[in-house]
Amino acid sequence: MPALRPLHLAAEIGGPPRYDAAHHTGLARLAEGGALDFVTLGDSFARPGPDALAVLARVAPATRRVGLVPTVTTTHTEPFHVSSAVATLDWVSRGRAGWQVGVSTTEAEARLFGRRPAAPAPDLWHEAGECADVSARLWDSWEDDAEIRSTATGRFIDRDKLHHVDFEGSAFSVRGPAIVPRPPQGHPVVVIDGTAGPARDAAAHHADVVLVRAPTPERTAAVRDDVRLRAAAHGRDPDTLRVLAALTVDLGDAETAFEPGLATGPPPADRGTYFRGGPVDLADLITEWHRAGAVDGFHLTPITPARDLERIVNGTVALLQHRSLFRTFYPGGTLREHLGLARPANRYARAGERV
Amino acid sequence: MTAATPKRMHLAAHFPGVNNTTVWSDPRSRSQIEFSSFEHLARTAERGLFDFFFLAEGLRLREHKGLIHDLDVVGRPESLTVLSALAAVTDRIGLAATVNTTFNEPYELARRFATLDHLSAGRAAWNAVTSSDAFTGENFRRGGYLDRSERYTRAAEFVATARELWDSWTPEGAPRPVAHRGRHFTVEGEFTVPRSPQGHPVVIQAGDSAEGRDFAASAADIVFTRHGTLEAGRAFYADVKGRLAAHGREPDELKVMPGVTFVLGDTDAEAEERAIAVRRRQVSPQNAIAALEQVWGRDLSGYDPDGPLPASDPDPGAELVRGRVRQGDPLAVAARWRALSREKGLSIRQTVIEATGRQSFIGSPATVAAQLTEYVAAGAADGFILVPHLTPGGLDDFVDRVVPLLQERGVFRRAYTGSTLRSHLGLAEPVWKG
Repeated sequence: MPALRPLHLAAEIGGPPRYDAAHHTGLARLAEGGALDFVTLGDSFARPGPDALAVLARVAPATRRVGLVPTVTTTHTEPFHVSSAVATLDWVSRGRAGWQVGVSTTEAEARLFGRRPAAPAPDLWHEAGECADVSARLWDSWEDDAEIRSTATGRFIDRDKLHHVDFEGSAFSVRGPAIVPRPPQGHPVVVIDGTAGPARDAAAHHADVVLVRAPTPERTAAVRDDVRLRAAAHGRDPDTLRVLAALTVDLGDAETAFEPGLATGPPPADRGTYFRGGPVDLADLITEWHRAGAVDGFHLTPITPARDLERIVNGTVALLQHRSLFRTFYPGGTLREHLGLARPANRYARAGERV
Repeated sequence: MTAATPKRMHLAAHFPGVNNTTVWSDPRSRSQIEFSSFEHLARTAERGLFDFFFLAEGLRLREHKGLIHDLDVVGRPESLTVLSALAAVTDRIGLAATVNTTFNEPYELARRFATLDHLSAGRAAWNAVTSSDAFTGENFRRGGYLDRSERYTRAAEFVATARELWDSWTPEGAPRPVAHRGRHFTVEGEFTVPRSPQGHPVVIQAGDSAEGRDFAASAADIVFTRHGTLEAGRAFYADVKGRLAAHGREPDELKVMPGVTFVLGDTDAEAEERAIAVRRRQVSPQNAIAALEQVWGRDLSGYDPDGPLPASDPDPGAELVRGRVRQGDPLAVAARWRALSREKGLSIRQTVIEATGRQSFIGSPATVAAQLTEYVAAGAADGFILVPHLTPGGLDDFVDRVVPLLQERGVFRRAYTGSTLRSHLGLAEPVWKG
């Protein structure tokens, strides 16, 4: 039997809309207490809620280790601004930022902007992939050692280490370079839900973490295999991807449920696979899927974060730690380190060396 | 008869920017990017009971002779994200971000500012600036789409639309649909954020053209000006305050705050010496030649910064610098610089030092406190946006040594009396227009 891969755990902290900082900070600290890789905060123009990236920036100085991953839509936003904001989240969190790439498909969202009509998901995911692509290029547009502060020559930067990206996409172009210097992680972590067809290829091409919503370990493993194959086809090393099973969880009020397991009925529209049971049951399910090699970890969306996140951390995670399946502390400081992902080389610096 | 109560002033702190006001070559200079620098300056300003902390914006790196300008600080993190993080390490100080109205859309930006106002419990401010250049537009979806003459019509409609969105939830917390149809924007639907603690984040305006001044008079709570001298300040102050009545507003509803620099010393003479040393660092030999090239419009890299100015005239049509507003008519500037050089026997570098960017206030803490008080008393300002030249320690001395003197004079607060930026500024909460 092959050695078990390290287990990665993440949790969504969004729920019914809350606008105060203390609520979100409390949940992120709870997740950090369980040494989770990262928390996500969903976002959409289509329903009430604050700007998720701003909320997690507010959380950053109040936490030390946990990764911070807001959803940011690429549909009605400027790729240049998106890239700057995510890079800045990485700076203010000292290397703990990621973003979950989103699209806005509805006519209602399009009308909030009045610039263009709603578009089909495949088109929007194509554009989202381009936005992730140009963001990574902008993050590379400053080499790490571009700031030289040379009093002898009067130069603050070595401008040969700043690069125009000259990106031409199907829906936008960006000249560059970035305004924000290369962030601490090089590239903040890109998270994409690759369950649906149109998003799958963008995930395989651009994501570091791919979320998969599927009802069985076998189906999840099949999606993982597919994503890894596609990543290889894009010239990527599949081992630089982390595939997490996305579960919506309802931990109820008992340690174990009378009839624990995945719901058989149709799950709520955007919540994917729905688990109901106690914290111990959830630990058992995670153990079983992980031992089967189906996934690299789990992204858990508690149906009631204020109640269920505490049960996940103090029940489920504590048990997984007791079984030596999950870390008890953070050996590293950055989100990439939690995920076992290397800091990416700068594409422009490498190009310079080859010449 | 008792003396009239002295007029109180407002104070704000500007994070050092990406021009040569910021001295990066000083050994005490630290990162312009790391969060710790922002935290130090914001907390220092809060210790000094300042009204707000101010961040500028960059959307395209400045170019000189077709290359990225490399002599001044380059790069900065994105303002709203930095301020959201600063809300975690400060309690009272206002948090102001400069964000362009040309390369953003009202729905998203109104939402980001409303979020900051919630996360900071009522401390958000927005410096709404405009731009129209194709150079900046190369980083954005629509490119250089906006005609220069439309900058302020778009900005005014942008702010009005944001306010419709901020007003769209009832005070009881129920969202109501917005339907805005205007020349620049069509926005229909529900806002995702309830009315924020300040009702509307504070709006700042920074342009100096006639359109800019009218925009300030019609829509802004604060106007950030460059008029640093007493006479120019009084004229500007009277002009913008005079424009308010036409918009049905009282003089107190718009605060005039010039951006100013300062150098302190134990004595006035020591401050003068330090000011000269700072100016020499701000205008390095390379920076002196670059400043000369900006005026002359051509490559002058062969000139000795310690030698005389060029004998030939500037090329008035040249566009050597991109991503920065051009200063004045080149022929007139060159004539002025030549006269100065001739009169005082100054080299290129000495001329640039003398002719540009002398600090606004130089002196002992007592002298600077007296000058600031005089400006406000004379009707040249309601307060100041201080621009330190050092990151992050450039405000330390001012807060430790000048603020107590202003408090003794009765012209600055001894404690925050409210929790929102509006309360610091003495601005009423906007009336809800549901």
